[in-house]
Amino acid sequence: MVVEAGQVHGFLGPNGSGKTTTLRTLMGLIRPGGGSMRLLGLPVPHNLPQVIGAIGAIVESPQFFPHFTAQSTLSLLADAGDVPQVRVTEVLEIAGLRDRAKDRVKTFSLGMKQRLAVASALLKHPRLLILDEPANGLDPGGIREMRDLMRRLAESGMTVVLSSHILGEIQQICDSVTIISLGRRVAAGSVSEVLAQHSTGTLKVGFETKEELSTALHVLSRAGYPVTPADRHVMLADVDRPSDINRLLGAAGVYPSELTPVTVDLESVFLELTETAPVLGQNRQVDQSARAVA
Amino acid sequence: MSLVRAERRRLFKRRFTRWMLLIGIAILATVAVGEFFSNQKIGPEARAQAQVLADQQYQQAKRAADDYRTQCQAAHDSGKTGSDNQFPADCSAIEVPQDQFTAENYLPSTFTFRTRFTPTVTVFAGLLALVMFVIGASFVGAEWTSGGMMNLLLWRPRRLQVYFTKLGILLGSVLAIGVVFAALWTAAFWAIALVHGSTAQVTPGVWRSIALTESRGIALVLVTTAVGFTLASIGRHTAIAFGVTAGVLIVLQIGVAFLLNAFRVRFLERWIFTTYVQAWMGKKTVLEDTSRCDFQQGKCEPQTLTITWEHSGLLFAAILVVLVLVGAWQMRRRDIT
Repeated sequence: MVVEAGQVHGFLGPNGSGKTTTLRTLMGLIRPGGGSMRLLGLPVPHNLPQVIGAIGAIVESPQFFPHFTAQSTLSLLADAGDVPQVRVTEVLEIAGLRDRAKDRVKTFSLGMKQRLAVASALLKHPRLLILDEPANGLDPGGIREMRDLMRRLAESGMTVVLSSHILGEIQQICDSVTIISLGRRVAAGSVSEVLAQHSTGTLKVGFETKEELSTALHVLSRAGYPVTPADRHVMLADVDRPSDINRLLGAAGVYPSELTPVTVDLESVFLELTETAPVLGQNRQVDQSARAVA
Repeated sequence: MSLVRAERRRLFKRRFTRWMLLIGIAILATVAVGEFFSNQKIGPEARAQAQVLADQQYQQAKRAADDYRTQCQAAHDSGKTGSDNQFPADCSAIEVPQDQFTAENYLPSTFTFRTRFTPTVTVFAGLLALVMFVIGASFVGAEWTSGGMMNLLLWRPRRLQVYFTKLGILLGSVLAIGVVFAALWTAAFWAIALVHGSTAQVTPGVWRSIALTESRGIALVLVTTAVGFTLASIGRHTAIAFGVTAGVLIVLQIGVAFLLNAFRVRFLERWIFTTYVQAWMGKKTVLEDTSRCDFQQGKCEPQTLTITWEHSGLLFAAILVVLVLVGAWQMRRRDIT
């Protein structure tokens, strides 16, 4: 797993695939059994004390001492990390907690705790921000704010590693992704590359009349395309260039009313790669997902 | 230094710490107030009253003895013997010694600082140790259960530094509190002695002895605090410290005492923890073994075993070192999930 500096990187995987374990290991909370890790160019966990000042992280669900206020919680962390206290006010503002700063954490909703966790991660002005499920518990407005925040942070030059199950969000804000299943990487690269690698070349061709549909079925089948007919359209698989289809049908005097390449989204790629798409009548168990080829 | 500052703030920012300290102060104050009201100054008037009371009691006892002697003599004269005669053989031996009815025995309770202050230091140390044990266990236990420790380690990944800083801040704070409280305790009882007792014969030697006893008391408080901290740290939960301590002190100690008693082991108290606390605070505890005495043969000189404060100190130090090292090892090695 490689994350380029200045990128927003999505770290995806089904439940139990090892995302949080990976992040915990990176942050020195779990001892690695083997392999090697580098953060900001330095091998960790050996050099973690040297780089930790430049890394803001939340790992799994936000946990704080419930009887302290948001202000006190951040203030104590700022003290522990030699961060000026003025930064506490700044991050409370950024996280939208300014008016609840004096409230005890135990009165906070999950979404508010999540905001506090993000605030704590931002406290250090980090070069690398690692967020595990930051949108968990947030309301729709909060999710959008979080997305905008990630964008702003990335634009300011911060590198962001984001673990999330909200794949639409990841697709919108991430430059690159790593997808893991059962502790192994099954896909990695820029979002567009990963989507392109799993694009099926499917084309939807629509017609105005049933006669045109019938003619088109005949022409396309004869040309060797796998055709799946529907009510007023056909689905074509393995189409490299949609213009070939347009040309072929035009030559036969049939003019499609719609010619749309069917694009894959990150969710469908994720479900395909991890083999976690729901199957009617089956109850998938948590560890039932794709095993990466060694 | 920043971690030191943060941990010191965290310790005293916790409501639990503040409440426990307040409860501790309230209990200690109650003891002092109780001593204040249960003692009074002895003046000439009180002495005179005591003398009157002693004389009255003597006269009353003398009359009763005279009646009894008369009954005794009557029984002997009537020729009653054996079980019919409940009186002693020599009726003239029925007497009331006047020296048992001195005014001293009828004086009200008074707080003589020289003799009565030192035992209160054990009460002070015991109560403070209990409070600090709970604070020490909770200080790290709540951090583990709330997830605060994980958050902190995301900022300060040197786990041993975090562990020893927390322990150091806790012990330093407890030491400061212990010294201040001990000074206040001494001052309070000095005031009680001034108002409702006596401060006579408090020589520099007595003060030195009091200072040493208080030092040992504070040391006991520090050990107890560290034990609470390390147990909660090892178990990653405040309740673990309470459970283990209750288990060891109650279940195990009672079990050991019962077992040793069943096997008639000599000086079984030497296997009981409180013996060492007693020896620590009182400088020594002498255990007696009367199992080989034949009381029917007359006076018995039981065999003795002396437990000194040095023995206790070694035991406490051993417990402390083992627990702190196991806690440190656990902190360094165990995954945080």
